[in-house]
Amino acid sequence: MTIQFNDETFRGDYTFKNSQWAIDRFPFPFHEDNYMYSVNMEQHQGGPEGSVYEKRFDVDEHYVSEMKDRAQVLAEDPLRCQSLPHMTLAGWDLLELIMVSKSEDYPDLFELHRDGNHWHWINKPMGIDQRFTFMDETTLPYGPMEYITRQTQGDFAVLDQRDDNLWMDAGMVTTQADWSLDFDIGMNFFEWHAPVPKAHEMGIFVRALKFLLNVQQGSPARRLNWTMTVNPLLDTSPENYHKWGVQKTTLTPENVGQKQHLRVELQTFFRLPRSNALVFPIRCYLIALEDVVSVPKWGRRLHRVIRDLPEELATYKGFIDNRPLIVDYLSKFDDGLATSPGIWPDKDSEPPLQA
Amino acid sequence: MSAGTRKIAVTVSDVVKVNELVTRFRFVPTDGAPLPTFSGGAHVVVEMQDGDVTRLNPYSLMSDPMDQSAYTISVRRDDEGRGGSLFMHTKVKPGDQMMISYPVNLFALDLRAKKHLMIAGGIGITPFLAQIKQLAAMNGNFELHYSCRSPALGSYADELTTAHPGRVHVYFDDQKQAIDLETLLDGQPLGTHIYVCGPKGMINWVRDKASALGWPREAVHYEEFLAPQSGKPFEVKLAVSNKVITVGEHQSLLEAMEAAGVDAPYLCRGGACGQCETDVIGYDGKFIHHDHWLEDEDKASGKKIMPCVSRFEGKTLVLDR
Repeated sequence: MTIQFNDETFRGDYTFKNSQWAIDRFPFPFHEDNYMYSVNMEQHQGGPEGSVYEKRFDVDEHYVSEMKDRAQVLAEDPLRCQSLPHMTLAGWDLLELIMVSKSEDYPDLFELHRDGNHWHWINKPMGIDQRFTFMDETTLPYGPMEYITRQTQGDFAVLDQRDDNLWMDAGMVTTQADWSLDFDIGMNFFEWHAPVPKAHEMGIFVRALKFLLNVQQGSPARRLNWTMTVNPLLDTSPENYHKWGVQKTTLTPENVGQKQHLRVELQTFFRLPRSNALVFPIRCYLIALEDVVSVPKWGRRLHRVIRDLPEELATYKGFIDNRPLIVDYLSKFDDGLATSPGIWPDKDSEPPLQA
Repeated sequence: MSAGTRKIAVTVSDVVKVNELVTRFRFVPTDGAPLPTFSGGAHVVVEMQDGDVTRLNPYSLMSDPMDQSAYTISVRRDDEGRGGSLFMHTKVKPGDQMMISYPVNLFALDLRAKKHLMIAGGIGITPFLAQIKQLAAMNGNFELHYSCRSPALGSYADELTTAHPGRVHVYFDDQKQAIDLETLLDGQPLGTHIYVCGPKGMINWVRDKASALGWPREAVHYEEFLAPQSGKPFEVKLAVSNKVITVGEHQSLLEAMEAAGVDAPYLCRGGACGQCETDVIGYDGKFIHHDHWLEDEDKASGKKIMPCVSRFEGKTLVLDR
């Protein structure tokens, strides 16, 4: 299909909006009526047609505007993109992975022509036509990781693997759920996850690390994670907390449906071939609560999940103060009917909201 | 939760006798699509269809990691082994179709290193061949010390010396040449990483010496694939799948489980990667641990076994599989 790219903002006047197409394909993260941590990994080898799982790097209607927002964040704070010296090879690996994937998965939008190390990359949505020499940094306007991630939705953590651990040694992080690359750079898997409550005691990270260390070439993996964000703001960074934290106090019973967004991360994991590093793309999808509840199954389920979420998790995810307001709003879309298992909207089989 | 590895169909394009013990095999992709690039130190698991028996052996890739047209491996014939290397030497011919795994790297270069100091013994040279090609292309700083039995059995010694004069040092046992390890380790610049691949004795020698000289553990890398040892047949009860299987004399426990249709994850099949670690539910007898994955206390506890290389002697063994 040809994607119509939105002209929209993720700050200031917040003109971001999901089309019906984007709502229908939203990666709703709850497969049952409650939520607790789990490693919840699965293979990332495609998915239902049109879903966000189908392609290796999903491109949607927000692409062009998200890339403009990223450029703006980087102009104000260049430390959102960092790569330690030994990670340049991994950057080339990532550039190759994304260019090859996008040109194969979206041939109408992206083209890659290769003649040995002479590469020609065409990105039609962003109007980019670049000839360069693969593995020669001087032929690109930025380092390879920065170059390609300025053209790809989602944050990217590029993890070096050594000593049976993963190290946050490079990344492009401008659409994050309140964590900082500049703070985490050089940390290992346990260090950068230290702030997460409960999961350490549950042994989640030991198991997750063991899985990730063994993600192999040709066998990428994926999972979903989620939080809540007031206003469709991509850059919820600690660096800018003074700008967005205060917005959490602007929720009212009248505006909660429009302003409160469910924020879902499609996290994928690819082994990079030349460097043996692991790339961890974290793709953020936002949806207003009023759009969530337009799907009856999702409205019922989200109410139950948010209502019953343990207090530590609601605190960690940053919406403990607004939870009563959110639950009160969502309760109007929960008629108590049973929900079908799985994350899919099931619009044809699930009954509409009963008055 | 097995990460698993994908497989690639390949055709054998060349079989070249390197010397009396070692033969080189070149694989090209059967479908003609480019092979994945890989990182120096990676191995593939080669599937061998030997009559009714499927043999799966890991071999380090020795070709240029950037070369997507072919992979090459070198196999040392082991006349005392269970037959995998003999099968490769005697049965595999150009034109044969085989399955190999995607590359897996358990012996990667630490790219932070200011200098890569490589120590190889015998057939342990193979992963270094790919790493040296990778480093040479990146102007990396490396030095190889390669110990082998004799000039006649020194696989690739001449090629390496010619291509990298001054960086490659070869030692022949039959000429009473030996690596002066203490002096070698003493003279290295800060930021050097050591890599060792060869017989178990050599790996232990290098690790112990480096440790005694105060090298950080993280700066010493090693890889040794063990071949499963033959032994007396033994019976195992698999509790989860509710099966009783017999492990044959020349079969590994992992192979016996696979033959019974029980899925057990693996990456290296050589006691190194830890993927096939299996919990013991009950036993009456003694374990014959061969791996170097489990800690000594795990081995002594009787609670864990690595079915790729380890065996059991006794009355009963019940596993959580």
